[in-house]
Amino acid sequence: MVPGSTKLYAARRRRNTISMALSLAATAFGLGWLVLILGVLLYEGFGGLSLKVFTEMTPPPGADGGLLNPILGSLMLTALAVAIGTPLGMLAGTYMAEYGRHDRLSTVVRFINDILLSAPSIVIGLFVYEIMVAPMGHFSGWAGAVALAVIVVPVVVRTTEDMLRLVPDTLREAAASIGVPRSLMITRIGYRAAKAGIITGVLLAIARISGETAPLLFTSLNNQFDSFNLNAPIASLPVVIFQFALSPYADWQKLAWTGALIITFTVLALSIVARALAASGKQS
Amino acid sequence: MVDVALYGGRAVTTDVPSRSRTLGRLRLNDIIFRNITRGAALAVLVILGGVMIALAAGAWPALQAFGLNFLIEERWNPVTERFGALAPIYGTVVTSLIAMLIAVPVGLMIAMFLTELCPMKLRRPIGIAIELLAGIPSIIYGIWGLFVFAPFLQQHVQPALIAAFENVPALSSLFAGPPYGIGVLTAGLILAIMVLPFITSISRDVFDAVPPMLKESAYGLGCTTWEVVRHVVLPYARVGVIGGVMLGLGRALGETMAVTFVIGNAHRISASLLAPGTTISATIANEFTEAVGDLYTSSLIALGLILFVITFIVLALARYMLLRIERRIG
Repeated sequence: MVPGSTKLYAARRRRNTISMALSLAATAFGLGWLVLILGVLLYEGFGGLSLKVFTEMTPPPGADGGLLNPILGSLMLTALAVAIGTPLGMLAGTYMAEYGRHDRLSTVVRFINDILLSAPSIVIGLFVYEIMVAPMGHFSGWAGAVALAVIVVPVVVRTTEDMLRLVPDTLREAAASIGVPRSLMITRIGYRAAKAGIITGVLLAIARISGETAPLLFTSLNNQFDSFNLNAPIASLPVVIFQFALSPYADWQKLAWTGALIITFTVLALSIVARALAASGKQS
Repeated sequence: MVDVALYGGRAVTTDVPSRSRTLGRLRLNDIIFRNITRGAALAVLVILGGVMIALAAGAWPALQAFGLNFLIEERWNPVTERFGALAPIYGTVVTSLIAMLIAVPVGLMIAMFLTELCPMKLRRPIGIAIELLAGIPSIIYGIWGLFVFAPFLQQHVQPALIAAFENVPALSSLFAGPPYGIGVLTAGLILAIMVLPFITSISRDVFDAVPPMLKESAYGLGCTTWEVVRHVVLPYARVGVIGGVMLGLGRALGETMAVTFVIGNAHRISASLLAPGTTISATIANEFTEAVGDLYTSSLIALGLILFVITFIVLALARYMLLRIERRIG
């Protein structure tokens, strides 16, 4: 044996043990935050959870109340945003996967779409403020819905394209060989085969926008009253949490924690369902 | 010519004119559908172009009034209407830097754990749990940061930091001043937790894409796990890892709500990391609805334009790197 080689072996083994321990520690560190954040949310928010939260309006400071109007407002904004963003995103994804798989336009759109996917959401809010709120002269629920729709589009484009690409070409060829026109082939066969994946994408988009606050701050703003007029400022759960959490009133802060708990578990449930759906789609 | 079609198991014959009519209609439908999808694809480009144009138009008055000085002026005074972006830009850069300093090594370590060390059965659940961190809305990080994390730092961590670096030159000014709890360091730490899942999941995916043959050859030569990761996996996956890091950086730069809660919103540049500061996105979120006067609003939109341009460049680079590694694997 070469002299000193046992020392070298020991040093290498030691270095390996240390780095493996560090990687284990890093994983514990990462998981620790998840447990810590969810734990605090449950601890602070669970006590405030009652039927009243879902049936009463937001209270003035010092009074009793719930979160009914922001919850309904959020549902309305989310539904509208999905209704606007999903068709647009699906059609764009369809073009990229079916018609222009290799053309220049698809390459550029794919690149731009990926950038939009992680663009800062506050910038989207400023954009919608400039094109809708400023010309209209007032904040409105419509503007909030459009801002959220701009966030939905890239998510749906991405998943639609990916899922349609997974549809085997033999299916397309089979359809073409019996004379099915292309548009019918896409809508009847492509969409049907990619259904689970596309629904996953929409669910992920909903999960993404239901917690978004920044783009709503200066589009749909907030509304203390139970107004559901989309042409006026409208309350939404994230913005109400923002306002209540930063207020000096203890009961508002408590409601903010409860709202935070509701949003977080909704979002987490949505993303877990989406994942399960995607996994089952891959197996079949 | 006679066409035969099957309707509900019954053969139906149709005559020629109706056949060509049907075919014509189908062809027309095809063209319409193709152009609608093409229009939707173009709409994605229009959205991005629209963001650029709308921000540039909104920022124009401020850029005209201050010129390039806007970028290097620290003053931010709504009363005298003098605005400069230096303090928010500085805050954005420093908080993102702190976040990356922590999240990159930790994220890579977790990716190493998930691809090399973790038992097969646990890989998926742990991977999903880490990714769930990315699903938590940023406002939740904000409220948690303000009420739980900042007080904890104020009471336990920051006094220790101040005491530890008191007599170290250079570092003492980084950790100087009273422990507020909120401030640049707190914002950076929360950002680190937020971008961790992005870096982890992309690194894990590119680590997984390293050909097993390469790793097994190295193991066969007697390399330890660490040596395999350090000398085989990392060099092979380098471009992809850098892409993932840039993607995380793009997130950190633009993150708004979490930072707004904990940074303290002070338009000044302090040497100390414990002092309150501000970032581009936090300034916009805090001041936009209260901004009076066109110049104030326009200056805030100019901040948004700067943020958008910076993140655009970072994200474009990230995508370019990830495309490169995808091409190599595919």
